[in-house]
Amino acid sequence: MPTRIAYEGKVEYLQILDEHGVLDEKLAKDTLSDEDVVELYRYMVKCRFVDETAFKLQRAKRMGTYPQNKGQEAAAIGSGFAAKRGVDWLVPCYRENAALWMHGQPMHQVFMYWMGDERGSKIPEGVCTLPLCVPIGTQMLHATGMAWAFKMRKEPRVAITYFGDGATSEGDFHEAMNFASAFQVPCVFFCQNNQWAISVPREQQMNSATVAQKALAYDMPCIQVDGNDLFAVYKASRDAIERARSGGGPAFIEAVTYRLADHTTADDARRYRDSEEVDAWMGKDPLIRLRKYLTGKGLWDDAKQAAADEAGRQTASDVVKAAEGAGVPPVTDMFDYTFETMTPEMETQRRTMRTHSLGQRPEQAGLRESAK
Amino acid sequence: MTTIEHTIELPDFSKPLPPREGDRVIQFREALREAMSEEMRRDERIFLMGEEVAQYNGAYKISQGMLDEFGPKRIIDAPISENGFAGLAVGAAMYGLKPIIEFMSWSFSLVAADQILNNVPKMLYMSGGQWGCPVVFRGNDGAGGQLGSTHSWCVEGLYSNVPGMKIAIPSNPYDAKGLLKTAIRELDPVFFLESERMLGDKGHVPPEEYYIPFGQARLAREGGDCTLVSFGRPVHFCMEAAETLAQSGIECDVLDMRTIRPLDIDAVIESVKKTGRVVVVDQCWPFASVASEVCTQVMERAFDWLDHPPVRVNTEDVPTPYAKNLEAAYLPNAGRIAAAVRNAVGAK
Ligand SMILES: Cc1ncc(C[n+]2csc(CCOP(=O)(O)OP(=O)(O)O)c2C)c(N)n1
Ligand SMILES: [Mg+2]
Repeated sequence: MPTRIAYEGKVEYLQILDEHGVLDEKLAKDTLSDEDVVELYRYMVKCRFVDETAFKLQRAKRMGTYPQNKGQEAAAIGSGFAAKRGVDWLVPCYRENAALWMHGQPMHQVFMYWMGDERGSKIPEGVCTLPLCVPIGTQMLHATGMAWAFKMRKEPRVAITYFGDGATSEGDFHEAMNFASAFQVPCVFFCQNNQWAISVPREQQMNSATVAQKALAYDMPCIQVDGNDLFAVYKASRDAIERARSGGGPAFIEAVTYRLADHTTADDARRYRDSEEVDAWMGKDPLIRLRKYLTGKGLWDDAKQAAADEAGRQTASDVVKAAEGAGVPPVTDMFDYTFETMTPEMETQRRTMRTHSLGQRPEQAGLRESAK
Repeated sequence: MTTIEHTIELPDFSKPLPPREGDRVIQFREALREAMSEEMRRDERIFLMGEEVAQYNGAYKISQGMLDEFGPKRIIDAPISENGFAGLAVGAAMYGLKPIIEFMSWSFSLVAADQILNNVPKMLYMSGGQWGCPVVFRGNDGAGGQLGSTHSWCVEGLYSNVPGMKIAIPSNPYDAKGLLKTAIRELDPVFFLESERMLGDKGHVPPEEYYIPFGQARLAREGGDCTLVSFGRPVHFCMEAAETLAQSGIECDVLDMRTIRPLDIDAVIESVKKTGRVVVVDQCWPFASVASEVCTQVMERAFDWLDHPPVRVNTEDVPTPYAKNLEAAYLPNAGRIAAAVRNAVGAK
């Protein structure tokens, strides 16, 4: 009996703006307008300033451990811009601050979060972003469930979930992908393949040639894009989001990018990465190519850059002021937000301002009823 | 049956050991490394697997230099798949290898719950005594200092409810080394709980090899007024409280349990019969905690000797807060322990 091919798959790679700032006009058609690009570049500059500021704050011991986003701005901004603000939901991990800010989550709240203040995760009314998710992989299932709820409620929304290359090794990733595909929910899986998971390089994390091909197993449309190319990220995201919105099911985007900074401020990547590799990627920085492109088109000049830098500095300083100005949260928060309805035990804990162990009288554990 | 070849004459492990000539002062993390390295040199079946353990020398530098010494076949960087490498360890152990699995944090072991709770401790029983799972799972446990509620798990309360595995929670470098060596020699699965907050702590460790048996508490301080029972990091809070209390004439026995499965309840009962009071300090949530278990067993076995109801000092019964001031209010500390003791002995 002759053999036949039971399944064949391929993964397309998309780049529109190359690292020298040269645009493929044909592919760029119907993507971003000149005004959009100028605006998004300004925003990117701002985000870079804010990110560097967070790093400095940590070094000055004014912030806890912080994972820098540096180098991955095009991935966050291109995808964030493709999603509808106030309609689509962003389900992040921790390296896509720019997308969250674009969708209305105040920048200073993300700072508060990394300063160790839960109030940073209190998302303002009307902003469609979930809190940061540091346990690797969990959020992808939440996004899938959320998208399923959109479908059940017949709301034309899409969930976009972010995660790293390393996260695709977790079972949660595969379970989310299978559910999303089997249930055909409007969920876009956006992988920021920044080549590293702390000290583990992508090639050691998996034996697959691309991350995107993992979607083939779930028969999910997938694409690999130059993640430092704003145009390609935007186009792939918009296509995936709009297809999902119109009932076309989930999609997978692998944004090939690079973590230009350490994993977090607690890491020193020089111990495990070659400087040649880092230098090569420095040249592919999304900001550099976008500036070259805009300058070449006559849409940008040094004066505009100076103004954008100044605005970036100002924003960063405002963000720090707002975050540090928030003061410390009241201790009672921990009792108030454990249950929707305060239980009698919790009420006692709150009143004594100290757990005495459950069931014990406070004075048994040497505690007095506190004044408050 | 566990067989341990003791290479030296065993000292009385129930008493604090005075430093001796020839001791080295090393960090907690070095003690853990020495334990693993010594056993690995002797037994080729042992391997260490986990996130960041090889190339990076461990997220907390516990396995520093081990990749160089043992090579990539035995010191293995795993993909970010906790359920994956926990389950792989089960299979490898069933086929004669001896895995040491490092969870960067026990908080991440929850991803592997089905493997470590539903398979590891039951495999021997379910196979009629045929396939055991002699795996050592180890990593950071407890609030590491502002890591937020998903990363601050104290798993002993939850996990000690499950029969079939042993749980060691050392409080100092000496115990860490001796208990980990015993853990690696164990034929049963061991959950070994370390604390990020103690990895830099220094202590005396003798030059020769030693093994600390499981199920033997250490009397860290002696006193006749109240028994303080704890394990892991809070033992230090108890010592601090006992020191303060001694200044006002209240003397405490401080028992460092070292392992909570098995639990050396005899040592607790013996002490309670002397003091008539017990305060159990546990950095887990209060409900159905190890502290609750100790108090129950004391009441069952020493009720008539008690002059005061047993007291638990746990955390608040809420998710571990991220904010510094909230986390401080949430955790047990020396002040709270001292207050509980004062109250139990009826002092002002
Ligand atoms: C369940 C779980 N396991 C391990 C960790 C520790 N950890 C934090 S970030 C990280 C690497 C993640 O790599 P990747 O998914 O590529 O994202 P990146 O940090 O590169 O953006 C690891 C292992 C965690 N937070 N959660
Ligand atoms: Mg990565």
